Amino acid sequence: MTDKRRRLPRLRRSDELSAFSSFSPRDLFGESLAGMLQRPARSALTALGTVLGVGTFVAVLGLTATTSSQIDSRFDLLSATEVTIEDVGREQDEFAGFAFPDDADDRIEALNGVQHAGVYWQVRLTGNDTVRASPLGDAVGERAQILAASPGTLQAALPTLAQGRLYDDFQQNTAAQVALLGSGTAARLGITTLDTRPAVFIDGEPFAVIGIIDDVQRKADLLLSVVVPSSTAERLWGTPAEGGAKMLVATRTGAAAQVAHEAPTALRPDHPEYLKATPPPDPRSLRTSVTSDLGQLFLLLAAICLVIGAVGIANTTLVAVLERTGEIGLRRALGARSRHITLQFLTESGTLGALGGLVGTSVGVITVVAVAVARDWTPVVHPVTLAAAPAVGLATGLLAGLYPAWRAARVQPAEALRR
Amino acid sequence: MRSFVRLSRRSTSPAPVAPPDHDPPVMEFRGVGLTYPGPPPVTALRPCDLIVRRGEFVTVVGPSGSGKSTFLNVAGLLDAPTEGSYLLDGIDVAGAGEAARAALRGRHIGFVFQSFHLMPHRSALENVALAMVYNRSGRADRTARARAALTRVGLGHRINAVPTRLSGGERQRVAIARALVARPSLLLCDEPTGNLDTATAESVLALLDELHAEGMTVLVITHDPAVAAHGERTIAIRDGVLAEQARAGVAE
Repeated sequence: MTDKRRRLPRLRRSDELSAFSSFSPRDLFGESLAGMLQRPARSALTALGTVLGVGTFVAVLGLTATTSSQIDSRFDLLSATEVTIEDVGREQDEFAGFAFPDDADDRIEALNGVQHAGVYWQVRLTGNDTVRASPLGDAVGERAQILAASPGTLQAALPTLAQGRLYDDFQQNTAAQVALLGSGTAARLGITTLDTRPAVFIDGEPFAVIGIIDDVQRKADLLLSVVVPSSTAERLWGTPAEGGAKMLVATRTGAAAQVAHEAPTALRPDHPEYLKATPPPDPRSLRTSVTSDLGQLFLLLAAICLVIGAVGIANTTLVAVLERTGEIGLRRALGARSRHITLQFLTESGTLGALGGLVGTSVGVITVVAVAVARDWTPVVHPVTLAAAPAVGLATGLLAGLYPAWRAARVQPAEALRR
Repeated sequence: MRSFVRLSRRSTSPAPVAPPDHDPPVMEFRGVGLTYPGPPPVTALRPCDLIVRRGEFVTVVGPSGSGKSTFLNVAGLLDAPTEGSYLLDGIDVAGAGEAARAALRGRHIGFVFQSFHLMPHRSALENVALAMVYNRSGRADRTARARAALTRVGLGHRINAVPTRLSGGERQRVAIARALVARPSLLLCDEPTGNLDTATAESVLALLDELHAEGMTVLVITHDPAVAAHGERTIAIRDGVLAEQARAGVAE
């Protein structure tokens, strides 16, 4: 008569006292999920704190990484190997003349680490400052910037030619009246081909056009200028009296700071202070300053949000433990060990934290992408940030659940069931 | 602690030697008592002997404050006695640790409470299946067994209803199904009709009678003499002392 009622996994009596209850992971998650879904609105609001905390965390780190990468892209290889030297002699001494010596290009190119260097200045014509493609007086002139540049300047600017060629040391040494046109200027002057041997007239002086520049990688204003050899400009119009001459130096990678340090002395051993060399800014120091400014403040805010989130989860879980005392007693009566109760409440708070972390990660990434789209930036979020953020949420949830779960485990079943 | 338990069980080893059709009592108190440590120490249950054999319907009756709750807690392994030995299905559980008692509760005892203790947001089926979550029964047959248990108590048509949509009597039937589904040796009912009106209480008691008739061992703790009369025998408890109550003119 008792066979029908016998428990299926009939244990030997000697095993009965050591066969403890079990709580499979699947059951654990099922029961925890059911526990959270009992009050879905409250669970969602509880997770909101973690959402905000983790979201801020991801957004701050993502935005910092994004802005840093914008700085990085401005400080690419070309700008990091560029040194500009300026004639500031007139500021030091009003009687100082043209600060650059005649052999400035050679002096700088002799420095270790320099690839190309050249002096250039903008020619300011006193009277008629237009450039014409025809010698006749009534031909329409085009206003164009006239740039006197040594051949080294051209090489340092890394130009691409549409037609013709650059002038070189021969034209420089003979002060030949040759000119290069930027492609835009050439089009405005009606010069489309060099086959007709065109010439331009600057201040009445003819210059043979020997090349049309299509593009440059440094010193983009070459494209809008008429470029003539500096020796020719000096012969016709003299050196710029009011200063304003500069030198463009292309260096090897990493040599820029050193070259900038040495250049004024190499050019003017007598008056190095007449020249001001500007090295490219150090990208490392720039990035650090950006990171330290706002990033730390917002990370602090994110941490505060996380703490608030944790307190929210702790509070809700504690209230749930008190509310569900009867359920805890019942589960204990049905064979649950106190550690099963701990596990269930820890899983509930941990899951809330992890879910909040996941949603927060998404919110943070969306924020970063939205800001990047609005600013026309490339959004950058470090993979480690993405991997760590849900884990931070999970850790927050588990930490917040520790005390309530401990309280739940201490509920005495006999007491709980009396309610 | 556990080795002590094993030792004491070895001392009661006649059980395996006995003929196979011999069944140990479902529960046997040998000088079981419970004293809450002071100061001052309170004796809630005086050392007592009690044997409930398989298939019996025993009722424990007593006024409130008489020690009924303590008796329930000790019998249901919710509390460990401070003295004596308690043999549940022949296993000495008096010295069993917390974890062992939890497992024994889940396997050997089916609880029915006055306030039902159903999970309000879970269906009747889930409530019944909960009794099998902790006792190593496979997930596969839980639903089938829970369904069968609900059908057995006459609720086969309401398996998906949540407790808030059930009447009091139906709720207690769900609770009884939950107590039965793990196939315990003992159905331990604490005031099972305390929250029910008279007619519903009668139907629940009739269900307990039926289960008893099918061979289930039933122990009902109550303050109500009318409920106590359903038992084959009644134990009176007063001031922590158990006493077999003389039953005059009992037909059963």
